Amino acid sequence: MRTVVFDKPKSITNLPMHYCPGCGHSVVHRLICEVIDELNVREETIGIAPVGCAVLAYDYWNFDVSEAAHGRAAAVATGIKRVHPDKLVICYQGDGDLASIGMGETIHAANRGENFTVIFINNANYGMTGGQLAPTTMIGQKTTTSYEGRKPEVHGYPIRMAELIATLDAPVFVARTTVADFKNILTTKSLIKKAFQLQLKKAGYTFIEILSNCNTNWKMSPVEANKFIMQEMVKTFPLGVFKGE
Amino acid sequence: MLEKKLMKGNEALVYGALIAGCRYYFGYPITPQNEVTELMSVRMPEVGGVFVQAESEVAAINMVYGASAAGGRVMTTTSSPGFSLMQEGVSYLATAMLPCVIANVQRGGPGLGNIAGSQADYFQATKGGGHGDYHLIVLAPASPQEMLDHTILGFELTDKYRTPVLLLSDGVIGQMMENVEIPDYKPDIKPKEWALTGCKDRKKNVIRSLWLDEPKMEAVNIKLQEVYKEICENEVRYEEFMLEDALVVVVAYGISSRVSRSIVNDLRKEGYKVGMLRPITLYPYPYKKLKDLVNSGVKGMISVEMSAGQMIEDVKLGVECKIPVEFYGKMGGVLLDENELRQKILDLYRRAVK
Repeated sequence: MRTVVFDKPKSITNLPMHYCPGCGHSVVHRLICEVIDELNVREETIGIAPVGCAVLAYDYWNFDVSEAAHGRAAAVATGIKRVHPDKLVICYQGDGDLASIGMGETIHAANRGENFTVIFINNANYGMTGGQLAPTTMIGQKTTTSYEGRKPEVHGYPIRMAELIATLDAPVFVARTTVADFKNILTTKSLIKKAFQLQLKKAGYTFIEILSNCNTNWKMSPVEANKFIMQEMVKTFPLGVFKGE
Repeated sequence: MLEKKLMKGNEALVYGALIAGCRYYFGYPITPQNEVTELMSVRMPEVGGVFVQAESEVAAINMVYGASAAGGRVMTTTSSPGFSLMQEGVSYLATAMLPCVIANVQRGGPGLGNIAGSQADYFQATKGGGHGDYHLIVLAPASPQEMLDHTILGFELTDKYRTPVLLLSDGVIGQMMENVEIPDYKPDIKPKEWALTGCKDRKKNVIRSLWLDEPKMEAVNIKLQEVYKEICENEVRYEEFMLEDALVVVVAYGISSRVSRSIVNDLRKEGYKVGMLRPITLYPYPYKKLKDLVNSGVKGMISVEMSAGQMIEDVKLGVECKIPVEFYGKMGGVLLDENELRQKILDLYRRAVK
């Protein structure tokens, strides 16, 4: 007799993912889907795919999904959640989408306390368009639009979104985590689960920032890129829970 | 007897939306349409609906996108600069075939302009506005009554064709008060199998406008063009006013048709064979009716608009340059001058009718 000890979540499709080898997106996709399966809410979930590398998330997620215009995922999620207050609504976004072009929608959805969960992938650059400067690019970090590295006097400073969101009154749970090593992957899963459970209890707005490598644009191997997150990136973006318990 | 109420055009629009079963409204304040947003904030909660004051017109149109994707009967309203901000979202809505009603209570422009009534957004409304090959169904209310009636009609059409509907109104119609008859209407809202409702007992639904594979994107375009063709065949609406035996025809919509109507009426009493064609749908446009008028002996036309002359291009297309087409209009929110319009019609009449 055979026992299944490890399987693909029901909430994920069988399509091969287009992400670069070692990229954090596929890990986070899987964690979200594992949690949805564990909570048994696949048929009650509506996802929002952003513009950026994760735009094709609707091909990989095996539940209802809407694509959103660049930066507008939080506004689209607001519309969806207001029609279906009982569904689990997941807003999945990258740093250019969420913290640059969509900063207005992000802050105001958080400030209204919209009862959905934002999964924010911070890889410190615009991945899909080839590695340009993002609002989260770190001081000194080289990108295709900051060849000499980010300079505060030219480009300003990286924005810490989790800390920023945590200053607002309405959000109930705000955390930053990473998928750069196994321990933190498990932590990330438990944080996602906690956020989804709070949403299902109608507690309010939840926000999980996830530091994720972009080894292709960072010009590192996946192993080097994950090491970089744990040794360098966490200095600018400290891990932890900033609001809620 | 049906209930009648004295109300502004903007209020009538809210009545129409609620009667039509609209239960989701997302809007951002802008003059001269603020009565809609304010009244919605009161009335929506009363009927168990949702009102959200968005942080911008960009957010408002994307909330509309989300609510429509989720299967809700949804609308937003704005005025000219706000509608410009919405254009990206409108292109996405049209491509994803998401039903909704949008009202643009036009004001003077371009730029920040002013808060007076205007009709200078005709090109934007009827020729695209946003990027790509798409059209909206465009209705042109000419009274508070039609603000109500067209809102109801708009919801019927947007669900039927899965094409967003635009009410192209203006600050004068929005602000004027008239008696409005409240119809006894029960909306027939059909289930939307394509909507995002959670994939219980079915395969997942996806709402998207991204198709990286070119032939697939082409197929989406072909589908849209087929829908537009059907709309053009079935949904052209216009009003004929004193057109029988008319030799000179005024073409005017919305507020311009109100001014034109009284001049045409006066000139008829004086023995001039003039009439008016009032397009009610600006897309689809009554090109065929214009051609028929030429064939029935009309000698000249005047396009009357509160703009620099935009609809006149469609009038010329309709008459295929077989008769003279002239223009009378005012820009920047200035109202039409009755004497100037009368003189313009008479000048054309004397030249064209020998």
